[in-house]
Amino acid sequence: MSDFADQVSQFMGPFVGRVPHNKQLGLRFIANGSNWVELQMPFAPHLLVDPDHGIWASGPIITLMDTAVGMASMLTRGAFEPHATLDLRTDYVRSPKPEATVTARGECYRMTRQIAFVRGLAHDGDPADPIAHVAGTFMFAASKLASGWRA
Amino acid sequence: MTNPALPALLQQPAGRLDLLPYAALLDLSFERVDGELQLVMPFAETLIGSPGRLHGGSIGGMLELAGLLTVIATQPEGEALPRVRPVTVTVDFMREGAATETRAAASITKLGRRVVNVHATAWQGSRDKPIAAAHINFVLDWPEK
Repeated sequence: MSDFADQVSQFMGPFVGRVPHNKQLGLRFIANGSNWVELQMPFAPHLLVDPDHGIWASGPIITLMDTAVGMASMLTRGAFEPHATLDLRTDYVRSPKPEATVTARGECYRMTRQIAFVRGLAHDGDPADPIAHVAGTFMFAASKLASGWRA
Repeated sequence: MTNPALPALLQQPAGRLDLLPYAALLDLSFERVDGELQLVMPFAETLIGSPGRLHGGSIGGMLELAGLLTVIATQPEGEALPRVRPVTVTVDFMREGAATETRAAASITKLGRRVVNVHATAWQGSRDKPIAAAHINFVLDWPEK
């Protein structure tokens, strides 16, 4: 892994769970590589939209995935630069099992001068049987291009 | 199936959405403005994603609930209600979510019996400057007869 990826594992990873809205939802950092990150969100009753039937709300999954792919784009960028989600599409393949811990894996598969292209999936135990897929883009300020990053 | 108390609640001029635990977490309430269902999310420190800005996920979650509740409000009262679940949610983020109140409303593009196509918008202050918008396809699961 690159020095930057190591730096993220040590400092930024543990910080993810302290971002206020991530903390409210119980997100935690699991692992990262040079262009991917894995996060988890354990079940909590306030993540549901329909408590009578144990049905999860969509918002917590969006927050989890947005955070995972956002971190992945920063890892790929190789620097802590301001960036913003341009768009994010989530496909709900199936419902999470009741009271499951949801694991998200986000990766950045292409970085250009201004845009990071990302994708990811969420699962409740088996990555081969996902609950959701995401695809999206993030916008970086090109003027603040990290040194050492190649087109 | 959907909680039967919801469609009746949504006919009120205003109210809180604590029937939905995630909506309670976001401190959401609703208001009928000229007949339109608008969700209101007051600013709270717990919604922050990066310093001084709302987390994109809290805005996305609010947009999805605006769509969901707009669909539920169209269902006739007293009848067996379908479970409404999002299958695809695409969110465009146009502006930063500032540390202030956010509103969201949704319009139904096509109301089918099995699929409902919805467009939802979130804004702060000025409605013609949306901070985010979502295109959502909901599938309705009807209870067995």
